[in-house]
Amino acid sequence: MTLGLFAAGDPLYASGLNWITLLIVIIKIIFSFAVCMGAVTLMIWFERKVISDMQSRIGPNRAGPFGLLQTLADGIKLFFKEDLIPVQSDRFVFKLAPYLSVVPALVIFAVVPFGGVVTIAGRTIDLQVADPPIGILLVLAMSAIGVYGIMLAGWASGSKYPLLSGVRASAQMISYEAALGMTVVTVVMMTGSLSTRSIVNSQAGAIWHWNLIRLGFVPAIIFIIAVIAETNRPPFDVVEAESELVGGFNTEYSSIRFALFYLAEFMNTITMSAVIVTLFFGGPDGYNPFGHYGSIVMPIAWFLIKVIAFCYFFVWLRGALPRMRYDKLMDLGWKRLIPASLGWLLIVAGFMINGWWGVGLALAVIAAGLGLARAFSIGGELESRDQAILPPVGRRPISPRLLRRLTDGDPEGGGQ
Amino acid sequence: MITSLLATTAAIPDILVFAAGATMILVGALGVISSRNPVHAALSLVLTLFGIAVLFIEQQADFLAAVQVIVYAGAIVVLFLFVIMFLGVNRNEDIDQEPLAGQRSMGTVIVLFAIGAIIALGVEAHWVVGPHSVSGAPGGPYQNIGNLGRSVFTTYLFAFEATAALLVIAVVGAVVLARRSGAANAEQLEPDPDHKEVAP
Repeated sequence: MTLGLFAAGDPLYASGLNWITLLIVIIKIIFSFAVCMGAVTLMIWFERKVISDMQSRIGPNRAGPFGLLQTLADGIKLFFKEDLIPVQSDRFVFKLAPYLSVVPALVIFAVVPFGGVVTIAGRTIDLQVADPPIGILLVLAMSAIGVYGIMLAGWASGSKYPLLSGVRASAQMISYEAALGMTVVTVVMMTGSLSTRSIVNSQAGAIWHWNLIRLGFVPAIIFIIAVIAETNRPPFDVVEAESELVGGFNTEYSSIRFALFYLAEFMNTITMSAVIVTLFFGGPDGYNPFGHYGSIVMPIAWFLIKVIAFCYFFVWLRGALPRMRYDKLMDLGWKRLIPASLGWLLIVAGFMINGWWGVGLALAVIAAGLGLARAFSIGGELESRDQAILPPVGRRPISPRLLRRLTDGDPEGGGQ
Repeated sequence: MITSLLATTAAIPDILVFAAGATMILVGALGVISSRNPVHAALSLVLTLFGIAVLFIEQQADFLAAVQVIVYAGAIVVLFLFVIMFLGVNRNEDIDQEPLAGQRSMGTVIVLFAIGAIIALGVEAHWVVGPHSVSGAPGGPYQNIGNLGRSVFTTYLFAFEATAALLVIAVVGAVVLARRSGAANAEQLEPDPDHKEVAP
């Protein structure tokens, strides 16, 4: 039986497809799914506890030891709540949207290597659900599909604030996908393969093999910022900004459908942390003091430690940073991150040929960056001209000039 | 021919995958033209594009499948939906009236001609049922992307660069047009006569 190219990279299929390999694959899928679900409940508890510590509160402490069962209790409560569907909504799309949001978050985890390679009864098993040759592109594809859940939920609710949120979400996620993809290209160029297992293997051995250091920190930083925007987490959570849009796209949702959105958000946090670890932090690579006996457990332990560190980092950002204004968020994406990731891609490509090309391209990128900065400043001046400011509709308690100075720090109005 | 295909057990998974992909494509395509709601039509288009991605995988073109999902389902249809959301959905639009006279009969003729041409090509040349790849045999796991990259940047470099230039021109043109109409609107708008500046 021919398996096709899709499974060609996985050593599990070396002896062809039969019932035992099929059983192993099914066990891997069920195990990953169960671990993901358990991790999500823990992640919700973790976020609430850490945030409450940062805000000098106690946080959930009633259900179970340290409030560990709080998420379970919330889930049961949400499950038995009344399920409302607004009259103005588009019923089919309204029901479809939560699933479109959960499924991509789960599928991404399938290509993440969460451990080393195990040999059981003569079979080599990669500790990851699947290792397709297009591995990392699957992550990009699924994060692109993740947009649908939010934007359709916003539209199908038949309500104003969710619609605004849906429009914001689609614009924001598409914008940041460009920077996300560009940094992934840098990693793929260094590895020479799209498979996540190859990306992890090429970083194994020592900490200076990690892409974080090999690629010079910039792609990793851009990727992390883009991931925060892609998962709509604070400080980029303008999609569900409570102060502007009530609850954003999920305002009209209740009961189990709301729970699914909640689940998808935290699932995304975990899977994207795992993707960051895979691409830039060596995946399951790490120090193993136990020799042969630790060769199975230690990679998994290192992977978990790194992912939990990133989950903590995301929670920390939520506790520490105020929400960004929407236009500034889009400026950051289009005017800073995309040019920076493109420029760094060129520099890395140059250094992969030889040093002279690298230095030459670095100088060219710096020159282009200066030109771009000049263009942005000219464009900014054009935008803040008096003609560019639309006249206000109706009456305002303060003059538009003063309002602009208070909100934007108007350069001309400052000296009055 | 079909019975001989079915007789070989090796082909059964391929046939099942093809049937699933083809069903997705056809259901999606019918949904696109029969939905009265533009958003439903756009979602049906996503189903069609997914079906095409499945067929790409079945043809061992997995890179094209990923790009199909990322670019078409992930970006282009999202932009369609974006525009539909901004312009609003007019449910009462009369779709029985043709915007252009004779549009439907012309459409039928063109579709029949296109189907005839495809069948003729399939009979005459091996354009439809020919070899899987013209740039290299599907061998190792990463041959796919390597072959594609090599063809795009060597044999088909001119077409590739021309497409890139076309896209850049389109983007610049769109920005220029948007800027011009925006500036014209700003000049046309008069300040509100009732508005009074209030001293801070």
